[in-house]
Amino acid sequence: MLDKPQWEGFNGRRWKMEIDVRDFVNKNYTPYDGDESFLEGPTEGTQTLWKRLQKLQKEERTRSGVLDMETEVVSGLTAYGPGYIDKTLKDLEKVVGLQTDMPLKRAFMPYGGIKMAEQACRQYGYTPSEKLHEIFTKYHKTHNDAVFDVYTPEMKLARHSHIITGLPDTYGRGRIVGDYRRVALYGIDHLIEIKELDRSKLGRSSMLERDIRLREEIAEQIKSLQEMKEMAKIYGFDISEPAKDAREAVQWLYFGYLAAIKTQNGAAMSVGRVSTFLDIYIERDLKSGAITESEAQELIDHFVMKCRMVKFARIPTYNSLFSGDPVWATLSLAGTTFDGRHMVTKNDFRFLHTLENMGPSPEPNLTVLYTSRLPENFKKYAAKISVTTSSIQYENDDVMKPVWGDDYSICCCVSATETGKQMQYFGARVNLAKCLLYAINGGWDIWFDEQVGPKFKRIEGDYLEYDEVIKRFDLMMDWLANLYVNTLNVIHYMHDKYYYEAAEMALIDTDVRRTFATGIAGFSHVIDSLSAIKYGKIRVIRNEKGFAVDYVNEGDDFPRYGNDDDRADDIGLWLLNTFVTKIKGRKTYRGSEPTMSILTITSNVVYGKYTNALPDGRQSGTPLAPGANPSYGAEKNGLLASLNSLAKIPYDWALDGISNTQTINPEALGHYDDERTENLVNVLDGYFDQGAHHLNVNVFGIEKLRDCQAHPDKPEYANFTIRVSGYAVKFISLTHEQQDDVIARTFHDRM
Amino acid sequence: MKDVTGIINSVESFGSVDGPGVRYMLFMQGCAMRCRYCHNPETWSMDGSKPLRMTPGEAFANAKRYRAYWRKGGGVTISGGEAMLQIDFVTEFFRLCKTEDINTALDTSGNPFTYDEPYFSKVRALCDVTDLFILDIKHIDDAKHTALTGHTNSNILEMARFLSDNGNHMWIRHVLVPGLTTDGDDLKRLGEFISTLRNVDRVEVLPYHSLGIAKWDKLGLEYTLRDTKGPSQEQLDTANRLLRTSEYNGYKKEYL
Repeated sequence: MLDKPQWEGFNGRRWKMEIDVRDFVNKNYTPYDGDESFLEGPTEGTQTLWKRLQKLQKEERTRSGVLDMETEVVSGLTAYGPGYIDKTLKDLEKVVGLQTDMPLKRAFMPYGGIKMAEQACRQYGYTPSEKLHEIFTKYHKTHNDAVFDVYTPEMKLARHSHIITGLPDTYGRGRIVGDYRRVALYGIDHLIEIKELDRSKLGRSSMLERDIRLREEIAEQIKSLQEMKEMAKIYGFDISEPAKDAREAVQWLYFGYLAAIKTQNGAAMSVGRVSTFLDIYIERDLKSGAITESEAQELIDHFVMKCRMVKFARIPTYNSLFSGDPVWATLSLAGTTFDGRHMVTKNDFRFLHTLENMGPSPEPNLTVLYTSRLPENFKKYAAKISVTTSSIQYENDDVMKPVWGDDYSICCCVSATETGKQMQYFGARVNLAKCLLYAINGGWDIWFDEQVGPKFKRIEGDYLEYDEVIKRFDLMMDWLANLYVNTLNVIHYMHDKYYYEAAEMALIDTDVRRTFATGIAGFSHVIDSLSAIKYGKIRVIRNEKGFAVDYVNEGDDFPRYGNDDDRADDIGLWLLNTFVTKIKGRKTYRGSEPTMSILTITSNVVYGKYTNALPDGRQSGTPLAPGANPSYGAEKNGLLASLNSLAKIPYDWALDGISNTQTINPEALGHYDDERTENLVNVLDGYFDQGAHHLNVNVFGIEKLRDCQAHPDKPEYANFTIRVSGYAVKFISLTHEQQDDVIARTFHDRM
Repeated sequence: MKDVTGIINSVESFGSVDGPGVRYMLFMQGCAMRCRYCHNPETWSMDGSKPLRMTPGEAFANAKRYRAYWRKGGGVTISGGEAMLQIDFVTEFFRLCKTEDINTALDTSGNPFTYDEPYFSKVRALCDVTDLFILDIKHIDDAKHTALTGHTNSNILEMARFLSDNGNHMWIRHVLVPGLTTDGDDLKRLGEFISTLRNVDRVEVLPYHSLGIAKWDKLGLEYTLRDTKGPSQEQLDTANRLLRTSEYNGYKKEYL
């Protein structure tokens, strides 16, 4: 059994015999039941650095959102010398390391696609390097080129018509969370040894494609680990051995994460479940008197500051899908263990406290793994931070733990992944609202005026008949599920081949579990449309070619999703179950397990743009409701009725996540602060006890948004953060159109 | 039991200010008062434009869907309109709630209260199944009360005394409208009146707001406070001091 001097005072044996951070955490963490009174404010150093960073962020905004961009150097672990928030203040930085040599400077990452990398440069007024252009067009193929070599005409058409959108074929797929804790706990040398051992076991009895590929991948991982050491050396650290104290643990762990964000520009680059882990080191140092609480908080503040600085060069089409420059540096807090202990430590308080010490912020995407059994003090503190900052989200530990174990991380906006044991093939989503229109119009896309889906017989009658629509919709979903999975298979094959995540995979078990994350958009609109057809009387309006372009309800008002009305909600269950079953019936790449999500991020606006009028009364071109949210204006019975509708959706049918965003006027939550906190805890308890998966909580009134839209320069709005579907953004960084969409969403404001 | 179908303006699954904790709320249709600042005038008429009709049993089944949110303190609140105009429905609904130990609160102006029979017996029955009365006293001065609401306050104050004598718990509310309900002497008198009541767990000063104007316009009604702004913080502080709101803290230990 391995033993290291840096492990002095740590309990447990299993984690010393194999790589097993979960076991280490489980045996060593100290649950904390107290309240927030122990917390310390920002140190002078933190204040100085944060002020400097805010100044940089302001400059970034004045330069249309990009402060600086690399054009000459291809990003890599050792591509740059050391970078600091401010070189003259570098001694204040307790956690060091930047993606490039300058703060907020965006790196050049061509492996996903050289065209996109260059487009991003030009978009912001930079001229891409001719030399690199030559290399990545003549001598080196990129992911994007490879995917388009293989795409079928049908795939291209589906992509062009936006029935399948947001595919990671022009950018990194992201969502792979390396177990960055391993760097701190084991040191790089031991991790290399283990990977060498894994490799040595491969290819003895057979040397076929599978073995060859894996041997190559492990070789890439080992190279990456060696480069991580080099990268750390640039900053003056030797990470070959385990971290010996709290400061090193934070630094080592951050280096692991830094390696990921220097090499991959994935949509989501999550940090993982690090809070409880780091608390173990901090507790040890606090006990020995090596650090004070103020120094402990400073470490966390500085680590979080780094997470707030992660930047990627994005292209306009990406920004229109995921607005506000998000990176989903998702960081998971709390949760519980298998033996029923809660995992709240003082560090979980410290992470939330960063939102007080340095103000609200969209990143890192702080996620509380919630259950009503978390300590009341922590629940209240989290609720209080929600009320004051609208910067955190909640996900149900009770439903995720049985599926992903008690050491999972949130790897994107809302979806879970077993830390260090699993990777995910991210697959964006299909537009089921559009699919419903295809079913009515026999595969004809009336937006683009062309045949996209299979040319089935279209519906001819003046009024829509429920059974007939369902029959055709079912067939159209069959076609879509098949095409969707095949398209994703192409993408992930090529991503593995041309843009392999060596740094992250180096920190994940070689024998990795793979999930295949699919998703749907337009959930609420399809439910309401089918409900309209079933309970109302929907007359079809056709264009000159005979295609249905609009709908009029001549019957009674119909039940809508979001009112805890089983008539509508049952349609939703049918829809989800039907589509996920179709997906599961397809063959997925590399033996991955298909999962399903109902989340759209802000892509609901783009999806809506290319979707014609629907039978539920939604007008052509208007945004779809985000994620699993009910449609705008559909909720007639208040917040809890809406939450109850969401809570009926079985998590098992949508293991990639069911995103729900709700905005509550502070006055509607209670007259006083303590009442608001208590009531929010009651809402969370009641919602999650019923098995719901996710909740974004915003607490503000619509007036604030309108004022912020009109006066974005007011200093109080510089960091004004709101939760949208699965992540948080600064409201001022959204486009006007997206701001309007947020303003149009339902506010629970009955007073 | 005779037909006690409730005529309901709307259902709100998430009430958080009308009673302790999270509340399921029914807003009943119909009110005789014509308060000049009313923020839901659409509840005045007895039949409304498109009221919901529910039996107490149906309302009870619907309310229970939200039980998961009531772990700490929550329950049901009936508001309005003036719920006491449909006292049979309210009593039966609350009676059902008490069979399952659900906390019940009634938000009322007290305007229908009378010692005349048969109504008074019904009030007694209602009191047996109501955990909390949220009594809105619009004005302590009868003449000013009449000018503000179109009705005398004598039966409202009588109801408060009755609840006090009967041992029912109360929250007292007072809407602060600059120029109409901010007079120092009146507030002092109101404060003294409240201090004579027992079982007052909370006294709240609610700042006037003009969010209801759009509804008045929609109904073609003339809104007479168009130029009135919400109270200043100073006016709120004064009212809180004169009503001694900070001394009524029963609600904290009682329900939370």
